[in-house]
Amino acid sequence: MPHIEGLDRLLAEHPFFQGFDAAALALMAGCARNEKFDAGQNIFKQGDPADRFFIIRHGQVSIEICAPPKGRLPLQTLGEGEVLGWSWLVAPYAWSFDARALTLVRAVSLDAVCLRKKCEENHDVGYRLLQRFIPVMADRLTAARLQLQDLYAPAKAKAL
Amino acid sequence: MDTILPASGGFTADPMTPRPFLVTKRRKELSDTFTLELSAADGKPFAFKPGQFNMVYAFGVGEAPISISGDPDQPETLVHTIRAVGKATDALGMLAEGDMVGVRGPYGNPWPVEEAYGDDVVFVAGGVGLAPLRPAIYRVLTERERFGRVVIYYGARTPEDMLFRKELQAWRARFDVSVHVTVDRVTGKWGGKVGVVTQLIKSGGFDRHASTAFVCGPEVMMRYSAEALVERGLAKTDVWLSMERNMKCAVGICGHCQLGGSFVCKDGPVYRYDVIEKPMAVWEL
Amino acid sequence: MGNSNDGVRGVMGRDGLDGLIVLLREAGYETIGPRARDGAVTYEAVESAADLPWGVAEEQAGGRYRLTEDASNAAFAHTVGPQSWKKYLYPPRQTLWTGERTGKGFTIESPAPEPKPYAFIGARACELAAVAIQDKVFGYAPHHGRAVGQQQFADSGYVRRRGAAFFVAVDCRRSADTCFCCSMGGGPAAESGFDLRLSELIGDGRHEFLIEVGSERGRAIFDRLGARPATTADVAAAKAQTQAAAAMQTKGMPQGAAALLADNLEHPQWAKVAERCLNCANCTMVCPTCFCSTVEDVTDLTGDKVERARRWDSCFTMDFSYIHGGGIRQSGQSRYRQWMTHKLSHWEEQFGTSGCTGCGRCVTWCPVGIDIREETAAIAAAPKNKQA
Repeated sequence: MPHIEGLDRLLAEHPFFQGFDAAALALMAGCARNEKFDAGQNIFKQGDPADRFFIIRHGQVSIEICAPPKGRLPLQTLGEGEVLGWSWLVAPYAWSFDARALTLVRAVSLDAVCLRKKCEENHDVGYRLLQRFIPVMADRLTAARLQLQDLYAPAKAKAL
Repeated sequence: MDTILPASGGFTADPMTPRPFLVTKRRKELSDTFTLELSAADGKPFAFKPGQFNMVYAFGVGEAPISISGDPDQPETLVHTIRAVGKATDALGMLAEGDMVGVRGPYGNPWPVEEAYGDDVVFVAGGVGLAPLRPAIYRVLTERERFGRVVIYYGARTPEDMLFRKELQAWRARFDVSVHVTVDRVTGKWGGKVGVVTQLIKSGGFDRHASTAFVCGPEVMMRYSAEALVERGLAKTDVWLSMERNMKCAVGICGHCQLGGSFVCKDGPVYRYDVIEKPMAVWEL
Repeated sequence: MGNSNDGVRGVMGRDGLDGLIVLLREAGYETIGPRARDGAVTYEAVESAADLPWGVAEEQAGGRYRLTEDASNAAFAHTVGPQSWKKYLYPPRQTLWTGERTGKGFTIESPAPEPKPYAFIGARACELAAVAIQDKVFGYAPHHGRAVGQQQFADSGYVRRRGAAFFVAVDCRRSADTCFCCSMGGGPAAESGFDLRLSELIGDGRHEFLIEVGSERGRAIFDRLGARPATTADVAAAKAQTQAAAAMQTKGMPQGAAALLADNLEHPQWAKVAERCLNCANCTMVCPTCFCSTVEDVTDLTGDKVERARRWDSCFTMDFSYIHGGGIRQSGQSRYRQWMTHKLSHWEEQFGTSGCTGCGRCVTWCPVGIDIREETAAIAAAPKNKQA
């Protein structure tokens, strides 16, 4: 199937999948498909089943929290080459935040149910996938902690 | 008194005596930040290098160390962008066109723009940290053909807190500069990126083996930005930061700006990352 | 120092000391020397040898200073008191300039220099060492510290006062319990940096002064003193006295303090010393090399006249490290660490010399008796510990 072969190559060329052997890539490509979102379209909503994760190929995605009455509060913007979504790895497999396309977004999504099953069958692939995801999670945590510092806030105390 | 030998050590004026300058223009930048354009009362141009600072004096109130934010190739106008955070800077904020300030300087080691010749240049700015970087940006754009790619990463608190917004837009409109802006928090209408400035660095856009980076912002932001640049492949010796410390003299004799074995006023404020990395990490040094 | 004056020595009686002061005053100097006042030996104007603290010695220990009686009735039986010559060369408060508002602008005027140069009588070896250190700090002498590019400045007031000052050194005949100059590379005998050097020779029924020339201007005074030529026995007697003083120093600074402290900036000892340290800043005020200062503006009631002044500051104050948002050194332990690591370690990097001369004033005048030697030794005993 040329469609699958194409995704195979696409995954192989992406930095996130560097170091996976051909068999593992083929295994994951089996769970992959291309997706497209128009500007403004919701990609996923908090609480919905986290049934996928995305490799953004083009466009920008806003990770947001719905905070009435303030409306949507954007937390982070992701772009080309970045990984979107890791809730699929953690039970009960529900999205922690909203994700919305800011522009036209093209992405490869990997089916989580399919992937979780394959990881369970092949722990080696599962371990390697976790090795890729933990840095993504650590990175997001570091960024969130820095964001919390409000680094550029006006000085509270005035000079003596 | 003929048995007394004259004092040794040749010098002309005492370094603590300021030069009078006149405010020629005052511009509000942000709610607490303003820009003063100054010209020397004696009309002489004020030569400086990008990244240097002055001690700016408000009559009867006091002095504050302020980086120069203007164009080094236009020395007839001295430009300071100032955040009102204390007595002296509040007083400077009250000045109007025609008022006088005292200026001592320029002090400190500059951004080594020449060291980036032939390289990509990466500017990483946070908050009002864009002001000390602006003279280096001007210099790089003046000598644009000497550099590879020019990338500006800028992180602000909110869209309203973005300094030099119009200029950022003008730079972004050029074909030979890429400008990436992010905010920590969204207020109002904002179609741009949200997140910390270190995230922008991770997206790359510069040659990891032939880039020089100039970083300015709050200390925590600079530390994490320098680490992100190093993670992207830059050598620590190609990353430069500008430090902030309390200063009373700016000439290495008041002791206030000590950071380990160096004086920020004369050994800095611009430091190479490998030199300052260790002292920066020591708690309350 | 002028080579042609090497070894030019004489001996004079007690009245010779009076003659020396008279000659210096005639030469236009304001003569400053030790006087016993308010329970301490301080450095004040002296008009004759009678003003000197004859027969006054002292006891010193951590947090303790008491004047005692000296049976030999020596002029210089005391060692160092709470003050140093820094008080004159870099006064606690100095007017930098005065300004006056004129319409939208203002004018600036420099203050008049002090009318007379100083002659310091009774400078100890550790004090001359301290002056040599401050010479580097204030740009009177070059140094081999950290490379600072084009940034090298001189404080004009210090340079002027220092260049004009006349130093009459005195060798120490005894050491206090707080003295440790020998372990800082000095000793109780002045080797350089003086115009004239005195050794008070007491014993075998004599009370005389060996006087040695250290400079051209010292020679000009010496030649008019009428001292008799010194014998090798006089020189030997002076040397024996300083050797005895050196032998009294039993507690020194551990060797290699500079590297030791630089490697132990996060040692648990800093928290321990912070439990005792009151952050009172006494150590910085009595230290003859501490140079930190701040500036202040004083205006008249109309706000049209301003005096901009510099005054001594201390790294122990909370606002010393203030940048917008707060002080960098919030805790007492980081402020104590700043003082001690600067003095013993970072000074080397900055100026190519230690900032400590071993005078012991910081030990004596610490109200809780913190001893810089003991604190260094405590870190040396368990180095390279990192705090959690």
